Amino acid sequence: MDSLDEKPVTRWQRFKDNDIVWSFLSSPGAMGAAVVASVMILACIFAPLIAPFDPFDPGQISLWDGKLPPAWVEGGQGKYLLGTDNQGRDMISTILYGGRLSILVGLAAVCLGMVLGVSLGVIAGYVGGVTDAIIMRLADVQLTIPGILLAILINGIGRALLPYELRNEFAIYVVILAIGLTDWPQFARVARGATLVETNKEYVQAARIIGLPSWLIMVRHIVPNTLRPILVIATIGLALAIIAEATLSFLGQGIPPTTPSLGTLIRVGNEYLFSGLWWITLFPAVALIVLVFSVNLLGDWLRDALNPKLR
Amino acid sequence: MSTLLDINGLNIAFPTRRGTVNAAKDVSLTVESGEVLGLVGESGAGKSTIGNAIIDLLEAPGRITGGSIRFMGEELRDMNRDEMRQIRGKRIGMIFQDPQTSLNPLMTIGAQLVETIEKATSKRGRDADAHAVELLEQVGITEAVARLRAFPHQFSGGMRQRVVIALALAGDPDLIIADEPTTALDVSIQAQILDLIKKLCRERNLGVIIVTHDIGVIANIADRVAVMYRGEIVETGTVAQVLGAPSHVYTQSLIAAVPRADTKLDRFTSVDYIEGNTASFRRIDIQNHWLGETQQNDHTGTAIDVDRLNLSFVLQKAVFKRNRRMLKAVNNVSFSVQQGETFGLVGESGSGKSTVARLIAGLYTPDSGTINVFGKDVNENRKAVESRAARQALQMIFQDPYSSLNARLRVLDIVAEPIRFYRLTENETQTRKIVSDLLDHVGLGASAALKYPHEFSGGQRQRISIARALASRPRILICDEPTSALDVSVQATILNLLKDLQQELGLTMLFISHDLPVIRQMCDRVAIMRHGEICEVSDVDTFFEAPAHDYSRHLLDLMPSMTLLSDPVE
Repeated sequence: MDSLDEKPVTRWQRFKDNDIVWSFLSSPGAMGAAVVASVMILACIFAPLIAPFDPFDPGQISLWDGKLPPAWVEGGQGKYLLGTDNQGRDMISTILYGGRLSILVGLAAVCLGMVLGVSLGVIAGYVGGVTDAIIMRLADVQLTIPGILLAILINGIGRALLPYELRNEFAIYVVILAIGLTDWPQFARVARGATLVETNKEYVQAARIIGLPSWLIMVRHIVPNTLRPILVIATIGLALAIIAEATLSFLGQGIPPTTPSLGTLIRVGNEYLFSGLWWITLFPAVALIVLVFSVNLLGDWLRDALNPKLR
Repeated sequence: MSTLLDINGLNIAFPTRRGTVNAAKDVSLTVESGEVLGLVGESGAGKSTIGNAIIDLLEAPGRITGGSIRFMGEELRDMNRDEMRQIRGKRIGMIFQDPQTSLNPLMTIGAQLVETIEKATSKRGRDADAHAVELLEQVGITEAVARLRAFPHQFSGGMRQRVVIALALAGDPDLIIADEPTTALDVSIQAQILDLIKKLCRERNLGVIIVTHDIGVIANIADRVAVMYRGEIVETGTVAQVLGAPSHVYTQSLIAAVPRADTKLDRFTSVDYIEGNTASFRRIDIQNHWLGETQQNDHTGTAIDVDRLNLSFVLQKAVFKRNRRMLKAVNNVSFSVQQGETFGLVGESGSGKSTVARLIAGLYTPDSGTINVFGKDVNENRKAVESRAARQALQMIFQDPYSSLNARLRVLDIVAEPIRFYRLTENETQTRKIVSDLLDHVGLGASAALKYPHEFSGGQRQRISIARALASRPRILICDEPTSALDVSVQATILNLLKDLQQELGLTMLFISHDLPVIRQMCDRVAIMRHGEICEVSDVDTFFEAPAHDYSRHLLDLMPSMTLLSDPVE
């Protein structure tokens, strides 16, 4: 009996037949957003390959070239298309490297929040009773504090705990931790709701009758079935996390100015805004808005596509 | 009598991205005033689609592609939306399946009735109120004046369906389309609602179309019947003619598949015509197979012994005990099931029969009482090794084939789960071999293993459920309404499969159902439950021929009579 090993249809056919994929291919907005988002994300990831300059290499930076306007403005130079910042770094390269850091922080923070939130939410929903009450009240309390304040608090505590020499080196991880820890209640709430629905379904009862232990039922049966709504809030959460990172950096609480992120670039640019150096703040801001907007559009589409009532 | 509705050569198409589905093909029907036409067919036959097409409520993207619908001489297809709205609700009334969702829970019954009356007639204010009272009285609701101020949740399911009928009557229609009006109701209420519809039809000289999958309903209420199969009407005629001497092969096999309550047959008549040859499969020699090697059976007594079981659910939580409201779901229930027999648990919804099954399966813990499976108490030391062995010996098949399989796992992984968990085989190759044998044996074909549950129909999913239950080599199988979500023809094949498996494997079965004919066909002994208590435990033949308890007699009286049915084709 080798019939188990033969595939009735190829994976690619299966993939194309999928309703989600079909909905994506017939929605121009989603496709546009996906193209913009993936171009930006890929450009940032491959920044070392495509950026004309390396903002971390002191040999390529010259203070004489500092504060140059974009190429099409009077006084601009052809080799700095979008101008340079106050330290003489090329804007395009700095934005690419900065975006890379912002996206990295956003992704890591969302993953942290998702893992934490989904685990706690599924446990709360499946176990119920006192465990449920404790976890969800904790989430409620956390939701009463504005997210950015909490992130600043966690960030501050994290930095204070680190020895001075390590602060700049570990600043990134502290920021990821701060944003991830503020994120989890959203995930926990959605995961708990989905878990309550799934737990009452008969396949979970069948698994209990087979005698599977609770943790295995949660991991094998419940978590995969709660992933759809989680995926939606994760996408929107990514946009929010990128903004949170930019906000923290803008407030001077996040990434040190020596390692550019979109937020630090905007902050640095802000100081020069009244001197007429508008490009230092405008271009990173536009990049941030376009990135967040396209990720949000994708999230909206995903929410509609995964909602059977709207199909 | 005059022809009220005349449908001629109706075609309805649903364009989808995987090609166009023809939901109705060249359908022709007539309904006279004062008669009940039954439109019967299995799920997907297109019967509801026709009802919806008449009142222009086809779900997008469905549309009518040909034919005519003439209502009292007027062509409905030529009408625009406003004209159609005048017809719908005023001259054609609708009764839907689920009385839970067809009433607005935030409005009183009175407000909903008056709203409809004012829209459909010229009556306003007090006249409308008076008319609402009159309508409620006509559908058999007592104290109608006081009831007008009640909300839908204060009514029972049957009462709600009466209100829905009153709403359908509000515009004094000429035609009523009832789409599965009793499917969501218990048998005792079903009989009352059907009587009411029939009475109203006669008194008001209404035309009624009853859309249903239930031959029993048709036999009881309809004057004429049209049988639908895959979008086509295969047979039309009077009820006596169609049910008594069906001429089309489909009708014959459909009627043969209906479980009979009068005599016990060995097997259901084969209904290959309906299910079709979906997969070629082979039977395995179970005695010499892995499946046959069940655990050492040294226990000789009863298989399941339930003693004075009690369980209450908390309806309203409160800190103080006296403020809590409890529902006694299972009240002092005792019975025992012998090895190798099929024991039936019968009752209407809310009688506690499923709760008893879940208590035995270990999904709930009883407040008091003991459950012994093969002489071992299952609730003592739940984590102990012995209790795990008891779990393995006892498996369950659920009612809803759509929620009883994890949609994210392949069939292989679903069926193999108990085998892998209990390490019943030596290696993965053997596991796969056994899964494919099992799937073959339940009639799915081994290629099913790599597919996902959504690729299967309800009956096929139920077969996967059965394969999963068998995979831990159980000796007791609890079947909780295993076929009530399925079509009759599929029901017949699943029940045949269960019977075969029981014989081959010597299984003990606890069979829970509200459907008395099914109980008669499947069970050796039966317990009747009502309000969490057992009324009667008796031999199945004794129960059907000489019931001892009043409630048993009441249930038997309400069973749709099938006297019109032809004798089973052997």
